[in-house]
Amino acid sequence: MGEIKLMKGNEALAEAMIRAGCDGYFGYPITPQSEVLEYLSREATKRTGMVVLQAESEIASINMIYGAAGCGRRVMTTSSSPGISLMQEGLSYLAGAEIPCVVANINRGGPGLGTIQPAQGDYFQTVKGGGHGDYHLITLAPSSVQEMVDFVKLGFDLAEKYRNPVMLLTDGAIGQMMEKVELFDQMPRKTKFEDWCTTGKPEGEDRRYLTSLYIKPEKMEQINLGLQAKYRKVEENEIRYETINIEDADYIFTGYGLGARICMKAMEIARAKGHKVGLIRPISLYPFPYDLYASTAGRVKGILDVELNAGQMVWDVRYAVKDKTPVEFYGRMGGIIPSPDEIIDHFEKHLLNRGTK
Amino acid sequence: MNQNTTADIQEHTVDESICSSENLVYTKPQTLTDDPMHYCPGCGHGTAHKILMEVVDELGLQSQTIGIAPVGCSVFAYHYLNVDMQEAAHGRACAVATGVKRMMPDKYVFTYQGDGDLAAIGTAETIHAANRGENFLVVFINNGIYGMTSGQMAPTTLPGMFSTTSPYGRDVETMGYPLKIADLLALLPGVAYVTRQAVHTPANVRKAKKAMKNAFEYQKKKLGLCLVEIVTNCPSNWKMEPLESNQFVNDKMIPFYQLGDIKKPEVK
Ligand SMILES: Cc1ncc(C[n+]2csc(CCOP(=O)(O)OP(=O)(O)O)c2C)c(N)n1
Repeated sequence: MGEIKLMKGNEALAEAMIRAGCDGYFGYPITPQSEVLEYLSREATKRTGMVVLQAESEIASINMIYGAAGCGRRVMTTSSSPGISLMQEGLSYLAGAEIPCVVANINRGGPGLGTIQPAQGDYFQTVKGGGHGDYHLITLAPSSVQEMVDFVKLGFDLAEKYRNPVMLLTDGAIGQMMEKVELFDQMPRKTKFEDWCTTGKPEGEDRRYLTSLYIKPEKMEQINLGLQAKYRKVEENEIRYETINIEDADYIFTGYGLGARICMKAMEIARAKGHKVGLIRPISLYPFPYDLYASTAGRVKGILDVELNAGQMVWDVRYAVKDKTPVEFYGRMGGIIPSPDEIIDHFEKHLLNRGTK
Repeated sequence: MNQNTTADIQEHTVDESICSSENLVYTKPQTLTDDPMHYCPGCGHGTAHKILMEVVDELGLQSQTIGIAPVGCSVFAYHYLNVDMQEAAHGRACAVATGVKRMMPDKYVFTYQGDGDLAAIGTAETIHAANRGENFLVVFINNGIYGMTSGQMAPTTLPGMFSTTSPYGRDVETMGYPLKIADLLALLPGVAYVTRQAVHTPANVRKAKKAMKNAFEYQKKKLGLCLVEIVTNCPSNWKMEPLESNQFVNDKMIPFYQLGDIKKPEVK
């Protein structure tokens, strides 16, 4: 059993970085995630020698990540929505040059400067591109402070396994809330680096270079095909989700991160009222568990998707479900967190007793 | 996963018969690859590459050096410079170099950037790396124009100078003044060495090479950021013959961008 602590989501994320043997963090302050940089500034360097640098902007931080990760180091940055928007070009370059790293988005309400309150409006930006070109970020959605810790380690493992950037897509509520967490033990920092890393040309061997530029279309297409083959492997092997009570369910509530937590409470209320409701919580948003929704859809009377946005993940749910069962959406925007009662209300008005088994 | 290998780069054959020992007056340093450079005839980029790599070779730092290529005409620098390299996004070379150097403080790191890359889109990254006193070398190629995108105005374009986006000459009233970013950077305490050089004559090439060597020595001592600006030409986009373009460097560029050391560290 690891050390147990009561911690704020952002601080737990920072603590997990130190313990994962992270070599560097480059970041720029933005609410609701500034605690990450603050915590690391206090704790990290003195404990593991990890480099912590306050960059001049999110554009600079993501490009510092590119340089550092290109030397094979475990490095991370975090930000919230407007800052993540600034990182999109850099993320595309990281994906193009196949450089592994972990980035966390503590999503706040938008568009524009929006609000500092929690939201899930960055789903499309994260899993449908954001930056330019055909690439994917492996995306994990923590729904608890515990997962903020666990997914840092998992994130680095996946990033390194596939040489691809990983996004932890969470929100201001998970970042700010305090919960009990079990921390994993301190891991050593890396001392060996893979052959592709630019750590100085080895004597008697070819130099290495990292680039996403291939000016000849024939070569660029081959590079793209290579990336697509990698993404198919990710889709085969890395789908993660949680299901509760779906075996006997007549209806499914679904959502990710904070949305899923609220759905869980709503499911309990619905069950107490005698409605057989189950829950699907995708943990990996890319790759997305399309098959799970497709196979569940055939045996339920309807699915209610709940998000803190205008309806984004619901596009993927509908794509999976097709017309096998009705898919309803309920969401709030602008930093408003939907209550379980609102969800029940929407469920009873719009989904209950609709469709056929 | 995609892997970059030397085989991806064009094969190039040499007529062995001319390589007899009595013909050898010069050897290319092993820090340059055998790839033919793509630069236009007369362009200063090739010379700047060569002296930079001669310095790395002479100091025996090939396995200790990591270079950052920009977006600009020298985007393919990693095809020619035979050291580990990373290709950065447009303007972000100083941020990328910061990431590299902070992870490996005892390695030698340089960026190689054009004026658009360094002094327009990348101004913030340049100034803040300088202000943090990052211990790497910035090689700054000032040709007064955007070469790669074929001849638009750069922050360094001279007053009255023609470009495709200042077709009647740069009007400072509406387009602003040429930015002497080297002079600006020299004001920052984090900056150790700022020098402005040229490569249009053999004497200048020698001086520019000496400046690069100084910069590597200062980097070894971790004195702060070093910037070697090379004032150079762009025959194709200036729409001039190579010699004519060198004359323009001499007659127009250098009087505005005066050569010499702007800041030098006191070395004990
Ligand atoms: C974000 C972004 N904006 C614009 C460009 C297009 N672009 C490529 S190179 C360049 C200017 C290069 O000029 P300079 O840095 O002076 O270098 P030179 O080509 O003259 O050596 C521009 C605008 C780009 N690649 N990326």
